[in-house]
Amino acid sequence: MTQPITRQRKAVSLISGGLDSMLATRAMLDQGIHVEGINFYTGFCVEGHTHAIRKKDKAKPKRNNALWVAEQLGIKLHIVDIIDEYKDVVINPKHGYGSNMNPCLDCKCFMVRKAHEWIEEHGFDFIITGEVVGQRPMSQRRDTMPVIQRESGAEDRLLRPLCAKILPATLPEREGWVDREKLFNFNGRGRKPQIALAEKMGIVDFAQPSGGCCFLTDAAYSSKLADLWSARGERRYELDDIMLLKVGRHLRPRPHFKIIVGREEGENRFLEGYRKQFTHMYTTSHSGPLVLLDGEANADDLQLAARLTARFSQGKMADTVRVELHEKGADKRELDVVPLTNEEIPVEWYL
Amino acid sequence: MSHHQLDARRMLCPMPVIRTQNFVVKLPPGDTVDVLCTDPGALHDIPAWCRIHGHEIINTQEQQDGELTITVRVGADSS
Ligand code: SF4
Repeated sequence: MTQPITRQRKAVSLISGGLDSMLATRAMLDQGIHVEGINFYTGFCVEGHTHAIRKKDKAKPKRNNALWVAEQLGIKLHIVDIIDEYKDVVINPKHGYGSNMNPCLDCKCFMVRKAHEWIEEHGFDFIITGEVVGQRPMSQRRDTMPVIQRESGAEDRLLRPLCAKILPATLPEREGWVDREKLFNFNGRGRKPQIALAEKMGIVDFAQPSGGCCFLTDAAYSSKLADLWSARGERRYELDDIMLLKVGRHLRPRPHFKIIVGREEGENRFLEGYRKQFTHMYTTSHSGPLVLLDGEANADDLQLAARLTARFSQGKMADTVRVELHEKGADKRELDVVPLTNEEIPVEWYL
Repeated sequence: MSHHQLDARRMLCPMPVIRTQNFVVKLPPGDTVDVLCTDPGALHDIPAWCRIHGHEIINTQEQQDGELTITVRVGADSS
């Protein structure tokens, strides 16, 4: 009797660039599953462009960790721009935020949902993630695992190879596409089992785990985002807004405007790209940063912003500093101002 | 076989590689694309993405002002 031809099963793996998703993927490849990676770009990802902005980081070798992981594993990687759709996740997370502005549980549900749509579109059988029960306080808990399965719509087509043995069997396990016995039972915050498995699999180079995969877990970044929303009176953002939060010093001297001060050449060059959209100024009598003004500013406010600009220039000790002001929709003009002293800048102005 | 141009200037990584990917998947094998970009990270990302998906980088040029042109030839399996 001839054996029925069994088709090779296909899985898509959520690749973050970290070790866990790398191990989960390898475990599936080792079981003969065809795996392709998917990586989501939210606009808040730590990857990449921050290096491109700051000049001092330029010398460091830079890589996109998700692409790098995919190459190490020998799988394809599909990078999906979810910037617009993701706004709703950040602005209205049903399950709330973690310790900062990170809506991790909603984020996970959303990403798995997108992956589920992807497998349906591409004829793949299931989804895998590198999640570990208890690894993260908000999104990777025993009680949140079924929430992700349910709310994403992936249900039992979502397999977590690293902790599958302590979770109910999923479709790929029940159907025998993967051997549950060869999966893992990792549990808790520790990293030892992952490190040991990496060693066993011969994986030596990997990105070190950190607090999270995006800027929303960063306290300083989150407070700047909260400030942006409260100043605007509504929770809303564009990609440019969240990019600018990653760059420069932000000071809000008045409720109705803030300034963004380039800290070095690379940041100044980056901010230059925004000159058309913002009122901006820089010192001409001394070298100094490019300063963007976000909000509405009257004559007094512009004067104050110019004095701050002078404060962050080489002329901060000078009696007067000349500032060239380019007000949005007006001709450029020059202001001679006295730089503010350190004592005149309340710490609360710094965001 | 056609030659195309894709403008990804002023975009920050990983946007240039995402744009390249979304453009290339629609092209038949053998077509070529000049990707214009300004983020030096694209020099790593676009070739890495091409290696993974079986496309080829046939030329890379950097101008004085830092503007980059990365030329990609679409491989046989462009999925
Ligand atoms: S750290 Fe950021 S990207 Fe990662 S799950 Fe949380 S919100 Fe999502």
